[in-house]
Amino acid sequence: MSRMLKFKIKRQDSKDAAPYWEDFTVPYKSNSNVISCLMDIQANPVNSKGEKVSPVVWDCSCLEEVCGSCTMVINGQVRQSCSALVDKLEEPIRLEPMTKFPVVRDLAVDRSRMFDALKKVQAWVPADGYHDLGPGERISPEHQHVAYKLSECMTCGCCVEACPQYSKNNDFLGAAAMNQARLFIMHPTGKNLRNERLNVLMQKGGISDCGNAQNCVEACPKSIPLTESIADLGKQVSKQFWNNLFSS
Amino acid sequence: MADQRVIVIGGGLAGLAATMKIAELGTKVLLISFQPVKRSHSVCAQGGINGAVNIKGEGDSPEIHFYDTVKGGDFLANQPLCKDMCYHAPFVIYLLDRLGVPFNRTPEGNLDFRRFGGTLHHRTAFAGATTGQQLLYALDEQVRRFETQGLVEKMEWHEYLGAVLDSEGRCVGATINNLRTGEIRAERGDAVILATGGPGLVYGRSTNSMVCTGTATTSAYLQGAKYGNAEFIQIHPSAIPGRDKLRLMSESARGEGGRVWVPKNPGDERKPRDVPEDERFYFLEEKYPRFGNLVPRDVGAREIYDICINQKLGVHGEMKVYLDLTHKSREFLDDRLGGILEIYEKFTGVDPREEPMEIFPAVHYSMGGIWTDYESTDDGFINHQSPRNQMTSIPGLYAAGEADYQYHGANRLGANSLLSCIYTGLMMGPGVNNYLKNLPEAASQLPSSVFENDEKRWKERFSDISSMKGSENPYALHSELAEAMISNVLIVRENDKLQSTLDVIEDIESRWKDIECVDTQDWSNPVPSFVNQLWNMIQLSKIITMGALKRDEFRGSHYKPEFDLNQPDDFDPADYLEYEEQKANGGVHKDQFAPSHVDYMERFEKNNEDWLKSSIATYNNGKPAVDFESVDTSLIAPRPRKYD
Repeated sequence: MSRMLKFKIKRQDSKDAAPYWEDFTVPYKSNSNVISCLMDIQANPVNSKGEKVSPVVWDCSCLEEVCGSCTMVINGQVRQSCSALVDKLEEPIRLEPMTKFPVVRDLAVDRSRMFDALKKVQAWVPADGYHDLGPGERISPEHQHVAYKLSECMTCGCCVEACPQYSKNNDFLGAAAMNQARLFIMHPTGKNLRNERLNVLMQKGGISDCGNAQNCVEACPKSIPLTESIADLGKQVSKQFWNNLFSS
Repeated sequence: MADQRVIVIGGGLAGLAATMKIAELGTKVLLISFQPVKRSHSVCAQGGINGAVNIKGEGDSPEIHFYDTVKGGDFLANQPLCKDMCYHAPFVIYLLDRLGVPFNRTPEGNLDFRRFGGTLHHRTAFAGATTGQQLLYALDEQVRRFETQGLVEKMEWHEYLGAVLDSEGRCVGATINNLRTGEIRAERGDAVILATGGPGLVYGRSTNSMVCTGTATTSAYLQGAKYGNAEFIQIHPSAIPGRDKLRLMSESARGEGGRVWVPKNPGDERKPRDVPEDERFYFLEEKYPRFGNLVPRDVGAREIYDICINQKLGVHGEMKVYLDLTHKSREFLDDRLGGILEIYEKFTGVDPREEPMEIFPAVHYSMGGIWTDYESTDDGFINHQSPRNQMTSIPGLYAAGEADYQYHGANRLGANSLLSCIYTGLMMGPGVNNYLKNLPEAASQLPSSVFENDEKRWKERFSDISSMKGSENPYALHSELAEAMISNVLIVRENDKLQSTLDVIEDIESRWKDIECVDTQDWSNPVPSFVNQLWNMIQLSKIITMGALKRDEFRGSHYKPEFDLNQPDDFDPADYLEYEEQKANGGVHKDQFAPSHVDYMERFEKNNEDWLKSSIATYNNGKPAVDFESVDTSLIAPRPRKYD
């Protein structure tokens, strides 16, 4: 008999339903990643007991680790399921939804809190308009290298899933949003909203909620220097705090 | 007028650009997306965005960009739009720069530009090798800013099902499926913009994201909108084979010096680095000394096909060739191509800085799409105030980005897609706004019956799908459709195979009726939506195949060997312009040209008379029909393409 792959998948039928584990067995094919196996389950939705079940629900889009959609917890580690090659995973392969976000169904979660955090830190350049105002400012290659790295964040959720401070019960902004705050403070015109951003980071849920566990930087699939970003902001926030104090 | 708003469907580059421009003009926008807009397929674009800024002092200009684009598209694009786009390209890049895109820089701090296919100039601005992602993020941020100001409302996790048309056939809203609750509701909108991307999933595995089913544009076609040039599907020469997806390996890898080769000896099983230089066949560089590895994609894909299938020189005897960057330093590669090299390494386990990559051609982009209108000015540009720009044949329904058919003719040049998406989104804004101003009444004031009918129709459709209890698994049936399309409607097309593919599609269509809706839950159930998408993919695959069958010629990405005009090797395209001029001035002096060239030019001329036309698919009384429509070639005279 050809080789079979074993999966244990934590399922949940709806937002408030109780989660349960279900086992699946999928024929082994070379070059498989977790997503291609989930697709096999879709095309033949039968569990290991031979029962016909509904296909597993998960989010995915680009399948090349650039959209951030397919994040889940695989064998206890948070990561994208597209780049999780089964040849490198121990069996049975355990798939769970991220724990820091409300489950939508099965492996799909609701990460809208991360996008809301981007609103709070005003992660944008306050452009005057979209008409022709000529080029932007000149920027050195060194500056670009730093900014580009920070800008690769795909709001996937790995950093906050790994963070001991980020929980469903608090309003911590998390590493991803703070890193974006740093990115826009670095930008020649993005910095015009610097004070507003630092004031947000000074409040509850901001920089002081970071416990410096440094899990975020370990978990980031794009190796973004998140702890550096947080430390950099920490310094700026302290300065701003004293400035606010003396200017009020 | 009472409250008006525009509905934008799709949150990729085109949708976000349109949203922010229309919001800037003070009009409210409802932005609807299948997923969080920040995850749209535009993130997959890698290499860069074209604009003739001439930073390297090479004498590049928007006019040359325009010429390269039109020639790259084998003269099938309507030229005023291409011209307007290319002349606005430097502005688009400057705007993105101002919005914070971390473009790579020159030592002096200017924007850096790299080479790309189909041009001899450094014209492509880039942010590492994840340019699409970086551009999308910049626009996403601007739209988020308007969201906080209340001008934009986002509805993510919602799917467009169809346009709501009033009694006169004008689009006054969109019917939307909530992908969480399954609720189906008609939203009122004074204009609706489809910025829903391409249909790569018709071919199953492609370089496209899993959301690229072409369902929204197909739905417009099924409602009566014209669909243009469906048969022109771009095959990208370089992708990484995969079981779930064919991941793109950007053309920028060649733009930065990557070389394509195969071992000269078929079946050479040595490791690529052990194959000595004189036993390597750099087939693109040999055949195309001028453009080399940077020939346009249609040419590149055909050459790889020829090497692997006809000459049987593919790596390991398979449809694969080497793409070699190992002669470049690690530092250089990480700076300029880091993102894509990491992806290659993650998915194959091989470090492309040390070993040549194994790549092969894959479905990448649809030049065709929903037919859209435009209004040109006397000097060959576009009147940006015209409500006609980007409007489909359904009044009030617009299309932008890959969803439309306008800009790339028979073959798109690399790094022109990011440009066309952002350019159209921005360009169409004022015209859409003027369309709203001229309306007799606002959609918000129309009787609710207009919307209830559509809601009812779609609710019944989804309720019918949910209760399907047949024997076909929809995902397995989709794989069969994809297999038929991949086998016969790809790089090389033959009429008998196209005809038999139509039969296969008919069969799949009848089996669609015997689908089992494999998930029956009410909450967050993707299956009914997919079954509906599959229906649309079947309808779209029909017109792609019908267009290919009908078009008896070889143009751009549409290659039928039977109708190859066989350009003589020593032919100079300038001769054709001379030939045309002589003809216009009283007669051709045939003795001035080689006889074989005269024959070729006569064939070329006759072929253009017959086929230099857009194919237009329409859906009437449940049946597809394909017809043809003239192309505006008033600015650059069509001529034979040549890249060697």
